[in-house]
Amino acid sequence: MLETFYDVMRRQGISRRSFLKYCSLTAAALGLGPEFAGKIAHAMETKPRIPILWLHGLECTCCSESFIRSAHPLAKDVILSMVSLDYDDTIMAAAGQQAEAIVEETIKKYDGNFILAVEGNPPLNQDGMSCIIGGKPFLDQLTRVAKHCKAIISWGSCASYGCVQAAAPNPTKATPVHKVIHDKPIIKVPGCPPIAEVMTAVVTYILTFEKFPELDRQGRPKMFYSQRIHDKCYRRPHFDAGQFVEHFDDEGARKGYCLYKVGCKGPTTYNACSTIRWNEGTSFPIQAGHGCIGCSEDGFWDKGSWYARLTDIKPFGIEANADTIGIAAASTVGVAIAAHAAASAVSRAKANQSNQPVTTKGQGE
Amino acid sequence: MSQPNDTPAFQPAVYVYEAPLRIWHWLNALAIVVLAITGYFIGSPLPTMSGEASDHFLMGYIRFAHFAAGYILLIGFLGRIYWAFVGNNHAREIFVPPFHKPEYWSGVLHEIRWYAFLEKEPRKYTGHNPLAILFMHFMFVWGMVFMIVTGFALYGEGAGLDSWQFHLFSSWVIPLFGQSMDVHTWHHMGMWWILLFVMAHIYVAIREDIMSRQSLVSTMISGWRTFKDQRKVDDGH
Repeated sequence: MLETFYDVMRRQGISRRSFLKYCSLTAAALGLGPEFAGKIAHAMETKPRIPILWLHGLECTCCSESFIRSAHPLAKDVILSMVSLDYDDTIMAAAGQQAEAIVEETIKKYDGNFILAVEGNPPLNQDGMSCIIGGKPFLDQLTRVAKHCKAIISWGSCASYGCVQAAAPNPTKATPVHKVIHDKPIIKVPGCPPIAEVMTAVVTYILTFEKFPELDRQGRPKMFYSQRIHDKCYRRPHFDAGQFVEHFDDEGARKGYCLYKVGCKGPTTYNACSTIRWNEGTSFPIQAGHGCIGCSEDGFWDKGSWYARLTDIKPFGIEANADTIGIAAASTVGVAIAAHAAASAVSRAKANQSNQPVTTKGQGE
Repeated sequence: MSQPNDTPAFQPAVYVYEAPLRIWHWLNALAIVVLAITGYFIGSPLPTMSGEASDHFLMGYIRFAHFAAGYILLIGFLGRIYWAFVGNNHAREIFVPPFHKPEYWSGVLHEIRWYAFLEKEPRKYTGHNPLAILFMHFMFVWGMVFMIVTGFALYGEGAGLDSWQFHLFSSWVIPLFGQSMDVHTWHHMGMWWILLFVMAHIYVAIREDIMSRQSLVSTMISGWRTFKDQRKVDDGH
């Protein structure tokens, strides 16, 4: 008989009172009704614990760093204790051969019944040699573990989209997880890093209900990624009023105007930063006076300036945006039209002169 | 100028553009002007407003005008497609160009030669000339489709996951382009594309009104095509 979540938590020294608090808190964080607190509690008391293997590919560990800073200590304690029990090479106690043995043990013991969480992504060039785990390419470890897992969580923009290591020209051919693993359900939790509460809530939902939360077309949980930062931004009234920061040291910046003109990507970035915020709800980039850089969007490193509204269009060279290209094209066409109009006028004038005596031709005006 | 014609009678005018089509043309032109101006200011907003946010709604009004004009453009375009089915033959010209006919392409070549000053005399058409059909079809019709699809995809982002705009457009357009910012950029490029169309369209309409053998500008106002000489038209070539 496998342990239930509740057993694990009690063993970790969490009181029943704290456990119930955690259940209601999680229900609220997931946007579920009050009655779901009881359902979560019931599920956690009766369901066997699903182990999580947390693998690290090409990454910077910011996802792990974010995860362990979950604002709600209960969520952190509970989920971390559940996760770290198995394999997460950043925070587990074991190292070397012992650590790698855990992977094999989990595969043997929970074949087809564990969750694979991937932070970072596998590089495909040079036979995957740009990322070596325990003497083997990460690609091998990922494909082997993925074959035996139940479902995959793609942590962060690296695993979801590729992020910085997949930025052009991408010499290692870093590739997001869903382009390597095709036969398992994958949930993407993009962000660089994702918000801690989003991560813990996603884990809790999957562990509790044994299914993914509702996903959008790109595989992201709708509850956190269905709206843009801009839609819920506290500076939105300044946007609607037309009050913008023009430069980072101007009066508007001091007054907290909208950062749209200095390149805020809030209007094109799907994430929950403006509602959940960061570091126990303390702040988020826009609140700190810097525009959103759009870290949870596909290919955000290659999408041009973080400090200009109109992003660069790369094939047209550095510093070219939609307007510079448009103005160039319109000017060219404008000059061409003017030249053609002048040529037309000249040719018509000539034709009229030469036509005048020839009255039988039937080319009257 | 004298009338050096063999026969005294004028060639009868032809009713080419029916009233709904003409109304659509000018309404559409107005919508494009509003969309281009407001769209430009959405991409590059006006200088910042001072005072309290509650005193102003400038960006809100600009965006409202953009969205309202966008709806007018969409509904007008749908009406225009409907009219292509029920209207006269000329209402279909720019939607279903006769690309399969060799004589159409020889007509295109002739028009190109005319614009390159290699032909002494233009041909005479009741409807659009072959080059105009080509130009309208690719620059305008597909430009419109592109702008409507990308525009409503962006609108659906604000309208939310449950909106019909999101279901019909955003849900597949945003991932297709990569991400929201890409759709914004392409929509912005589309504005310039339409602007190039408008520049060329107005230029050739005026030029041909003066230099061709039929009326152009007045036809889109009255609907009647009048001709400047009595020889037969070259339709179908």
